[in-house]
Amino acid sequence: MHLHSFVTQFWPSTIDGLTLGSIYALMALGYTLVYGVLRLINFAHSEIFMIGTFASLFTLHALGVKDAESGFALVGVLLLCVAAAMAASGASAVVLERVAYRPLRKRGASRLAALISAIGASFFLQEVFALRYGRDQLGFPRVMTKKVLFHIGSGEVRSDKLLVVAAALVMMVALDRFVNGSRLGRGIRATAQDPDTAVLMGVNIDRIVMVTFLVGGMMAGVAAVLYGTFFELTEYNVGFLLGIKAFTAAVLGGIGNIRGALLGGLTLGLIENYGASIFGAEWKDVIAFTVLVLVLLLRPTGLLGETLTKARA
Amino acid sequence: MSAQWATLKAKLPKVPDLLTPLSKLWAAAPGPVRLLVYALLIVGAFVLPSDSIGSFMTPQSDWSAVLFYPIGVYILLAIGLNVVVGQAGLLDLGYVAFFAIGGYAMGLFGIKSHWNFWAILPVAIICSAAAGVILGAPTLRLRGDYLAIVTLGFGEIIRETANNLSFTGGPRGLSPIPFPHSIGSTWFTQYGISDTRPFYYLVVILIILVIVLVKRLERSRVGRAWSAIREDEDAAEAMGVPTFRYKLWAFAIGASIGGAAGVLFASQQISITPDNFPFLLSSYILCAVVLGGSGNLPGVILGAFLVAWLPERFRQFADYRVLIFGGALVLMMIVRPEGILPSRRRRAELAEGTGGMGSLGGGVGAAETQHVDLEV
Repeated sequence: MHLHSFVTQFWPSTIDGLTLGSIYALMALGYTLVYGVLRLINFAHSEIFMIGTFASLFTLHALGVKDAESGFALVGVLLLCVAAAMAASGASAVVLERVAYRPLRKRGASRLAALISAIGASFFLQEVFALRYGRDQLGFPRVMTKKVLFHIGSGEVRSDKLLVVAAALVMMVALDRFVNGSRLGRGIRATAQDPDTAVLMGVNIDRIVMVTFLVGGMMAGVAAVLYGTFFELTEYNVGFLLGIKAFTAAVLGGIGNIRGALLGGLTLGLIENYGASIFGAEWKDVIAFTVLVLVLLLRPTGLLGETLTKARA
Repeated sequence: MSAQWATLKAKLPKVPDLLTPLSKLWAAAPGPVRLLVYALLIVGAFVLPSDSIGSFMTPQSDWSAVLFYPIGVYILLAIGLNVVVGQAGLLDLGYVAFFAIGGYAMGLFGIKSHWNFWAILPVAIICSAAAGVILGAPTLRLRGDYLAIVTLGFGEIIRETANNLSFTGGPRGLSPIPFPHSIGSTWFTQYGISDTRPFYYLVVILIILVIVLVKRLERSRVGRAWSAIREDEDAAEAMGVPTFRYKLWAFAIGASIGGAAGVLFASQQISITPDNFPFLLSSYILCAVVLGGSGNLPGVILGAFLVAWLPERFRQFADYRVLIFGGALVLMMIVRPEGILPSRRRRAELAEGTGGMGSLGGGVGAAETQHVDLEV
C-alpha cells in the first residue's frame, strides 16, 4: 500500500488511465453491440482486435515507414493504417459470424454452445497467427514523435496519448450518431429490443447481425491502430487480456449501452492505473478482474444500465 | 436458411453411428453383465502401464508418466468440470483455479508445515471446496454467460496472485514438494522420482472413487435438481427447487475434485509454478468435456483421454494442437453439439434447442426457423 505514491502519481495515472481506457472503450463497443443484438459474448472479439494490429503493422511495413513522420505524411500514414485495420477487422468479424455463429443461430442452439464455439474460434484465430508469424512480440516502427505537449499538474500530456483519446472520442460519437440516427442503426436497435417484432416490421435480421459484427469489428480495428501507435508492439495473443478487460468495461458501463461502453472503458482505465499506483503495477490485472466481479455483484446492469434493448442506445 | 442448413447436412457424408446401437445394448444389459464390464475396465486400467502398450501409445515418451499426467489428471479434472458444466449446466471457464488451489495447498503445507500428503489431501479438498463456495456465493446469481466471464477472471486472479505473492514463491513457484509417504513395502505404493506407476495407480483409485461419488449424486435428489436447473432454471425454481443452493453444491463438488487433482499433480511434480495453471488448461478440460459429451461420464472420460493423449502420441503435430482443438470446438458445436458420446438426456435437450442458458439471440433467427431436429 503506497497511498503517498497515489497522490504523487495522480496526474500521470489519470492521463495513462484515460488513454488506456479509450482503447478499452473502443473494444468494449464490439462486445456491447453484439451482446445487445444477439445476447452473445463474442469471445473471439479479442482476435478481431489482434487481426487489426497485424493489419496496421503490415501497412506500416508496406509503406516503408521507418522513422517518425510528421505533418501530412503522418496523417496519411495513420489514415491508411486505420483504413487497413478497419477493413481487416471488420471483414474477419463478418466471416467469424458466418462461420462460427450463424449456423448455431439458425438452429436455435443454446447460448452455451455459441459461447463454446466462440472460444474455439478465438483459439483457432490466435493459433493461425502464432503459427504464421511466430509467438514472439513484434515491434511497431515509431510512427509519430512522442513529444510532451503540455502539463496537467505533474502529468505530461504526450501527443500519442492525446491522439488515442481524441480518436476514440470521435469514433464513439460517430457510432452513437450511426446507431441513433441512421436507418441501419434503427434496425440494430429494433433487433436488440425485440427480434421477433423486428422481423415482422420488415427488418432483415441477418443483415442487421452482419452490420453489427462489421461495425464492432471496425471499432476494434481503430482500437488496434491506436494500440499500435501507443504500445508499439503486438503478438498473437495481444487481444486476450485486453479483450477480457474490454468486456469488463462493457459490463461496467452497462452491456448493450454504447455510451456506457465509453464510460466503462474510461472508468476501468482509471481504476486500473490508480490501483496500480497504490498496490504496485503487478496487481493491475488482478484489480481489473476484481472490478469485474464486484460490478457483477453490486450492479450487474452496469453504471448506465442496459439500454440498447430499451431503444435509447 | 434453415432449409439450406438441412440440405447442407444431407450433403455431408453420413457418419456411421456405431455408438447409438452400442449404448442401446448397454442400456439393456442386465446388472451382472455391467458389473463384469466394470471389473474388466478396472483390471484393464491396472495393466495399462505396461511397456508393450506404451510402445504403441506414446513411442516418444514414458507411457506411465503420460498416463499419470496429462491423461489421469485430465480425466479427473474433466469429471469434476463435468459436474459443473455437464450436470448443472454452469459454464466455468476458470476451473484451473481449483486445480491451482489444490496444487498450492499441497506445496505450501508440504514445504512449510512438513505435512504428509495423506493429511494434506482432505485439507486441500476442503480448501478448494471453500474457494468454490466463496466464488460461487456471489456469482451464481448471475446469468450463465456472465458467470463464464467471472469464472475466467477468477482463474486469472488466482494465477496472478500466486505469481505476485512472495510466500507462494512468485514466478519461480514452490519446490521441493514432498512425495506422498509410502505405504507398506509393495512396489506400487512406493512414491518416488524413479517410478510414476504408483502415482498412476493412485489417480486411478481416485478416479474410481470420484466416479462412484458422481454417479450416486447424479441419481440423487441433488442430481435431479441439477438437471432441472440445466434444462430450465426458472421452471425449476417455480417447482420449488432451491436452485441457488444446488448450483453452489455443484460448484463446491466440482471444485473439490479439481483440488484433489491439484494435490496429486503437485505431489508428483516436485515443483509447481503459476505457469502450470494457465487459462489454456481450463479450456483443454472444457474441450474434453464438450467434445466427449458433456453430462455423460464415459464420454467425458473419453474426451479427456483424447485431449491428453493425442498431442503426446502425435508429437509432430504438437504445434497445431490448440489450432486443432479450436477448430474442433467450432465444428463440434455446429455439427454435433452433444459430443462424441452424448448422454441421451442431454441429446434430447439439445435437439429441443435449449441447453441451460436459453437459446442464442433470444429469438434472433428463430422467427424463420422452425427446424427442430429430433434425433431421440
